[in-house]
Amino acid sequence: MTPLIEAKNISKYFGPVVALKDISLKVHAGEVHCLLGDNGAGKSTLIKILSGVFPPDEGELFVEGRPVRFESPRQAMDLGIATVYQDLAMIPLMSIVRNFFLGREPTVGFGPFRRFDLATAEKIATEELKKIGIDVRDVHQAVGTLSGGERQSVAIARAVHFGAKVLILDEPTSALGVKEAAVVLRYVIEARRRGVGVVFITHNVHHAWAVGDVFTLLNRGQSYGTFRKEETSREEVLQMMAGGEELASLEVELEEIARNQGRNP
Amino acid sequence: MEHDTRLRKVSPVRALMARPEFGSLAGVILVFAFFAVVAGDRGFLSARGTLNYLEVAAQLGLLAASVSLLMIAGEFDLSVGSMIGAAGMAMAIPVAIWGWPMWAGIALAFLLAALVGYANGYLVMRTGLPSFIVTLASLFILRGATLGFTRMITSRTRVSGLHSYAQGDPLAALFSGDPLGIPISVWWWILITLLASFVLTKTPFGNWIFGVGGDARASHAVGVPVARVKIILFMATAMSAALLAVIQVLDTGSADVLRGELKELEAIAAAVIGGNLLTGGYGSVIGGSLGALLLGMVKQGIFFTGINTDWFKVFLGSLLLAAVLLNDLLRKKALEAPK
Repeated sequence: MTPLIEAKNISKYFGPVVALKDISLKVHAGEVHCLLGDNGAGKSTLIKILSGVFPPDEGELFVEGRPVRFESPRQAMDLGIATVYQDLAMIPLMSIVRNFFLGREPTVGFGPFRRFDLATAEKIATEELKKIGIDVRDVHQAVGTLSGGERQSVAIARAVHFGAKVLILDEPTSALGVKEAAVVLRYVIEARRRGVGVVFITHNVHHAWAVGDVFTLLNRGQSYGTFRKEETSREEVLQMMAGGEELASLEVELEEIARNQGRNP
Repeated sequence: MEHDTRLRKVSPVRALMARPEFGSLAGVILVFAFFAVVAGDRGFLSARGTLNYLEVAAQLGLLAASVSLLMIAGEFDLSVGSMIGAAGMAMAIPVAIWGWPMWAGIALAFLLAALVGYANGYLVMRTGLPSFIVTLASLFILRGATLGFTRMITSRTRVSGLHSYAQGDPLAALFSGDPLGIPISVWWWILITLLASFVLTKTPFGNWIFGVGGDARASHAVGVPVARVKIILFMATAMSAALLAVIQVLDTGSADVLRGELKELEAIAAAVIGGNLLTGGYGSVIGGSLGALLLGMVKQGIFFTGINTDWFKVFLGSLLLAAVLLNDLLRKKALEAPK
């Protein structure tokens, strides 16, 4: 099967800093691909390349097998690659339905009488929200009245509704409480069921493990490799994420401290 | 989903209070009631008295509609007042001095306004400077240029005697007179308020106005042409100033370089009283128009009460402060998660 989006040997440099080195990644339809790594591992740089914010310095991108070079995020969007950024998801003072259709308003009428078809918009938004299990009184209420998790979910629902084939989620759960994160995770699963390829960026192994099919671990701009869920375990992933060696050496150090204390009562 | 305890019926009163124009509507009713009681027998309630304050409100309301749209889009235009003076002269000088037909003078006034609006918008978008600063600069430049050119060409600061040129002019007829006994400015005010409100609430462009004012970066990310939206609104604002200038010149038969001074601040006051958020992303055209109605009523109402009109600005300032506090409170209520 051709991957929806494929990165081959991507590198990116910012001056003397090697942000990414030789990263390869495939995202298939109906698959959640978790991108894991500590701060500064290069996760953000990689998704910015995938979503067209800037091009890679080396390597190639393919969308459904065809080589592409994005000039803008709009171009990536037009090819079905939608990115939901944690801080750019929704405009709080605008109503849910106005947010949902911002930039892609359905219209009725012709010429100067062309107008925003709010009745249709309302119907679609209400249906889409129901599908993700968000019960709002009224889609005309301000987005600011929704919880953080609900806002993320609505942003994801919007991307899926507008035909996203690949959904890139930038730390959608990192600022959320446990229950709120569950709302978002449930919707990630729903998007996968609909055949969307999801790139899920997170710090949190528990969140990743709950929804992920494939895990790619980044560390200091390099890849530790890609693992399918059945080939690995949560503990293994956790260990790799924390930087396996560092954790092991920390353990040795702690043991030594404990031994020394035992010797000098 | 009836079982969900978070779903409940909102009372119509609460729904009304959550609207941005609620504060100004309440204000209009209160102020009307006040003057009806205090000055009702001195002519405030008469047809003449009503037309009197409606005309004052209309001249401000013409501006307030587009100023509200621009404010919702997150920008200011402080050059509105200077634009009124400039557009008036751009119309009067060619007609009175160079012998142009009146319609050509009117067309020039609108063309100049479109250009100035475009320049304001382009500079704001291009430089990334706050529109407050850019249009403060155009406030001075426009007023100075109007004075300079007018004195250079006419060696005066006032051009008068224009009534005779307007006779039988096809375009001038659109901007003068009292159809059905109501001043033309009131008709334009109603027309523009309805049009601007329709654009804001019923069209995709209106949705973009809310979007660019709420969060320009997020709007850009979903494909809204942020610069185009704002530049169009700067042009609309300048052109509404030109409309007011044309109406005033045809009404008084003269143009004056100082005309329109401080109108930009009154229009902003009306927009803010009408519940438009100074930082953008929230508001209503109807609210801005009600704000203008409120100010017009107060301005003329004071006259009817017999209180010295010197006190008008004290009322204006107090009203503005009270309205902003009330609107702020109402908006916070509207944004509270329903419990």
